[in-house]
Amino acid sequence: MTVSQSIFRKAILDPTQAVPEGLRDGANAPAGKRFSVYRNNVVVSLTEALQVAFPLVYKLLGGETFSRLAAIYVRQHPPPSPLMMHYGAALPAFLEQFEPLAHIGYLPDCARLDLALRASYHATDAPALAPERLQADPERLVQMNFALAPATRVLRSQWPLHDIWRLNFEADAPKPRAVAQDVLITRPAFDPHPHLLPDGAATWLEHLSTGKTFGAAHEATRAAIPDFDLAQALTLALQTGALTDTTKDT
Amino acid sequence: MLDNAPRFDHLPAAPGVGYKPQHFTELRAEPGPVAWIEVHAENYMGDGGRPLAQLRALSEQFALSVHGVGLSIGGEGALDADHLARLKKLVGWARPASFSEHLAWSTHGAEFLNDLLPLPYTTATLTRVADHIDQVQSTLGCQMLLENPSSYLAFAESTWAETDFLAELVKRTGCGLLLDVNNVFISATNLGLSAQGYIDAFPLHAVGEIHVGGHDEDADDHGAPLLIDSHGKPVVDPVWALLDITLAKCGPRPVLVEWDTDVPDWPTLRSEAERAARALAPAA
Repeated sequence: MTVSQSIFRKAILDPTQAVPEGLRDGANAPAGKRFSVYRNNVVVSLTEALQVAFPLVYKLLGGETFSRLAAIYVRQHPPPSPLMMHYGAALPAFLEQFEPLAHIGYLPDCARLDLALRASYHATDAPALAPERLQADPERLVQMNFALAPATRVLRSQWPLHDIWRLNFEADAPKPRAVAQDVLITRPAFDPHPHLLPDGAATWLEHLSTGKTFGAAHEATRAAIPDFDLAQALTLALQTGALTDTTKDT
Repeated sequence: MLDNAPRFDHLPAAPGVGYKPQHFTELRAEPGPVAWIEVHAENYMGDGGRPLAQLRALSEQFALSVHGVGLSIGGEGALDADHLARLKKLVGWARPASFSEHLAWSTHGAEFLNDLLPLPYTTATLTRVADHIDQVQSTLGCQMLLENPSSYLAFAESTWAETDFLAELVKRTGCGLLLDVNNVFISATNLGLSAQGYIDAFPLHAVGEIHVGGHDEDADDHGAPLLIDSHGKPVVDPVWALLDITLAKCGPRPVLVEWDTDVPDWPTLRSEAERAARALAPAA
């Protein structure tokens, strides 16, 4: 009686399946409960990995609901690679379709925020743009290029995503306001942190990241968002280390 | 078959610990008898940030063992070429003294199941695992160590004893072995075999590293003891005794204390390393 890995895998992920024949205890009796050790290891270890990876979603749902969600998710979406640091990439899209939690409309964006923080944590190190670089003469400044640092992420949400994060992780945080919020994630040293982006700043950062010069990015942003405040956005970007310098020195 | 002759002087024949980031500062300041550390390869395959910075700092102070948990060497399919490339990159910059993996499978198709799953000991399995070990060793350009599993059940189709199976892999591939004596104790208890008999039959000449660790106790459907390899508790006395027996037979080897869940504070883990140092003293 051969137990293929395909049979083994199916029985692990589906608890209604019988324990494969051909698995034995030490006395050559059917393995029975011993097989559950593997079932349990797989589901529990993947659930724990999600719990660590999605602290905001976990905090919002609580342990019991999160575990019920994870028990379904891990069976439908086992990790696509051994890099557990990337596990859960499909969770936001899964939550978009997940009826039992559809009443928490902002949950998928919270999962995106958790993912972005983790991606930032593992991103390539890069020196932040030094403010002195902006002290070039204005004609040269508008021609300069600045890219987002590898650890920088920008999330646009129709929900008060930054307020929701603060309420769950900061003491004395105010109640979330009924507004859409864009969030900037940066990692100055090793610990990523989310910041609230002012109006238009997400658009401006996207223009910079697609290769527009400092001048062109400002113009394009102003065209779409007339009251975009460049000084405010630039100050935040410099203070948080969101940018790196990609200008070739001449 | 790897051309390089097996060398077991890669890691010091001294205590090591499985590295946990929460111990970073204390481990470096007060290592006690700890001469080397082991890290799980997959945790250091990101692009940057704290994990890689810590590993660089630690590798200046300690000999390093890279221990893979995701290669699925026993998998029915081909090895994951992307994962093998990531391992090559890690081994290339971290320059570990040793690389090890498990006699197990964890990937099926495009799914990684995040557990070390068991294999039937058949000649077909042997051929496949030997091919995979050859591929790993030729890709990494070094000998690897293969770890004996902890077993909760057996396959009716098995035709090889685990110790013979491992000895044959050593013969065919030139790999070394990582002897986990906690796994020996668990498997022997769970399958009603003699742990000391297992050590007696084990190809000890090929052992490049030894693991000790803690386990949980459960019972099967018939009330028989079922030990679970949890790495979440102190090493129990019978496992220390098994280490003593092993070291008396094979002489001093690198001995690693594994503690991966419910990780204790540094003094507690270091005291386990001190216990391992005492076990190594008479063997020296």
